[in-house]
Amino acid sequence: MRHRIRIAVGPVQFRIGSDWAEPIAALERLYARYPQDDARPADATVRLFAARPWRRWLRPSVHIGGDFIVPDALPLPLSMGLLAAEMGMNLQVALGWRRHMLLHASAVAKDGRAMIMSGESGSGKSTLAALLGEGDWRLMGDEFTLIDPEGGDAFAFPRAVSLKNEAIAEVAARVDPSRLGPLLAGTPKGDIRHLIPRPEAVAAMHEPARPALLLFPRFGGETAIEPMGEGEAFVRLTEASTNYVALGEAGFAALTRLVREVPAFGISYPDSAAGIALVEQLWAETAR
Amino acid sequence: MTDRTYRAAPSGALRIEPLGELTAIFDRRSMQTHLVVSPMPEILEAVGAAPCSAALLVSRLAATFDLAAADDVQPVLAERLGELTAMGLVERA
Repeated sequence: MRHRIRIAVGPVQFRIGSDWAEPIAALERLYARYPQDDARPADATVRLFAARPWRRWLRPSVHIGGDFIVPDALPLPLSMGLLAAEMGMNLQVALGWRRHMLLHASAVAKDGRAMIMSGESGSGKSTLAALLGEGDWRLMGDEFTLIDPEGGDAFAFPRAVSLKNEAIAEVAARVDPSRLGPLLAGTPKGDIRHLIPRPEAVAAMHEPARPALLLFPRFGGETAIEPMGEGEAFVRLTEASTNYVALGEAGFAALTRLVREVPAFGISYPDSAAGIALVEQLWAETAR
Repeated sequence: MTDRTYRAAPSGALRIEPLGELTAIFDRRSMQTHLVVSPMPEILEAVGAAPCSAALLVSRLAATFDLAAADDVQPVLAERLGELTAMGLVERA
């Protein structure tokens, strides 16, 4: 393709091609400080392309392709090309990655131990991870956490954090503006702005961390902590994993071990400050 | 109704992992995960390799559960055996 970039996020080497320069330029800026190893073979390919040649210029419309495609996915306008690239990267990992069990979860680490937060979009898992990552935690990822089926360790996938709606102002108030991407207003997912993780988090992205606490956050409502049994945590994580079925018995073994070894809680919180306090309290009291 | 007989899945076909209140069962033949609650794991264990009827199962489970108080245990167990068969976890003998 005309415009290309390679990006390594955790263990995944992406090859991204685009019919337009803009999405690649935006990625170059967000991932400028990520380690570069262009000789490494790509694990995942993302293509941003125009359905017809003239659509490169006339009402440019970005289709997302690659090793795996979602039929009937709607194209995005070129102004949202960066979002298209991010969606493409997520899609290729979610559908293609087999080396680890993939959890749709954010994660942060401290002293070699990981706290994994799994929840639907809007649960606040991404915002909590971003805010903790600005404190004394290492951000491992805001979207996916990888679990090694053999040893049970968690591996980071620290792509640029996708801040949404209210989280944008909350995080922007605490970080240097040079760490923020452009504001993508009115996307299908609301307003989006990317946050470049701290350099320490990027430098440590290949370091595994031992899962020590599993949280299932829910944004809104009174502050509450609910211990979760192994069975329920197992069910929720099978639903949160994009490749559990594909991994077969290795996935089953990894997940049963994870829920047995790691304490799990459902938490509710009315705002980020309460959420952070709750998380720090649980970490101090229960993390193994 | 005739008391049908069943036998357990072949040795090594199932990986059974108790997870608190639930039991997760991985079927190596179908690659499917099943989640069950008591008394399903106990029934699976009691069925055994030789043909086992609901009546025989009642006597085996009586060692674990207090079945004396319940009158209609056998049809209930027959129904559970039918469900386990549908899940592929036991077979008709």
